[in-house]
Amino acid sequence: MENDKIKKVSIICAKGGLDEVYPALIMGNGARMEGIEASIFFTFFGLNAIMKKMVKKLKVATVGNPSLNLAMPMMKFPITAPFPTWMGAIPGVSSMATMMMKKEMEDLDIPPVNEFLEMFSDAGGKIYACKLAMDMFKLKKEDLIDQVEDVLTVGQFYEKSAGASIIFT
Amino acid sequence: MATKEIAGDTVDVNEEGYLTEFNQWNEVIGEAIAKEEGIDQMTDRHWEVIKYLQKYFEENNVMPSIRKLKKSGVVDTKEFYSLFPGGPLKKSSKIAGLKKPESCI
Repeated sequence: MENDKIKKVSIICAKGGLDEVYPALIMGNGARMEGIEASIFFTFFGLNAIMKKMVKKLKVATVGNPSLNLAMPMMKFPITAPFPTWMGAIPGVSSMATMMMKKEMEDLDIPPVNEFLEMFSDAGGKIYACKLAMDMFKLKKEDLIDQVEDVLTVGQFYEKSAGASIIFT
Repeated sequence: MATKEIAGDTVDVNEEGYLTEFNQWNEVIGEAIAKEEGIDQMTDRHWEVIKYLQKYFEENNVMPSIRKLKKSGVVDTKEFYSLFPGGPLKKSSKIAGLKKPESCI
């Protein structure tokens, strides 16, 4: 069964909320920990996660996020309690949800996004940015964090992903 | 529980080859496991990491994360991956005679 082992993964991260970026990073870093070759391709709003100006400012969206619930361990709210949209629109609520998530992450020894990207890169993981999305947002390579290996077209991404399982987070 | 002949000794191991009794571990066994894991030469740097893992496990009864290892100043992430290529935390814990780490990060 040796040949059935996953040897390489290419992960696509197309969204830029804090809760949307972590899955890609955890899957990518987890792959490296297992000795699996890994890359993450950031596209559309996923680019937020690798922009120098944005990487420390990612937030949890509290409006238009139907999966969000009121599960706040310190307040003992159940996971089945929905997060009312009107509440999410109150100024500061998104920041508070973000702060709480960051605290929960830190308690689990999950690093902040900027440190996580550095860790993934140090672990030999490759970080790529989508050229089309860069053009659309008028971004240059200099706007991106230093760990970004390259800016790729979709075709180049598929070329680099030869032999890999592709995961869309 | 399975046993395994390694470096002239018989040790108790689990199905993945991790030692189940740390008191059966010694450096010769560690070196033999390292060879099986593709590390031909255990250097001083390898041993520094292994000793730290053993000390950490003794004090906390759990394996450190790669992030904790970096923060401890013992070994940074890049060097850790180059010392134990292909799954560094798993390999180093195996060589150290410790449990397989169960954390996702």
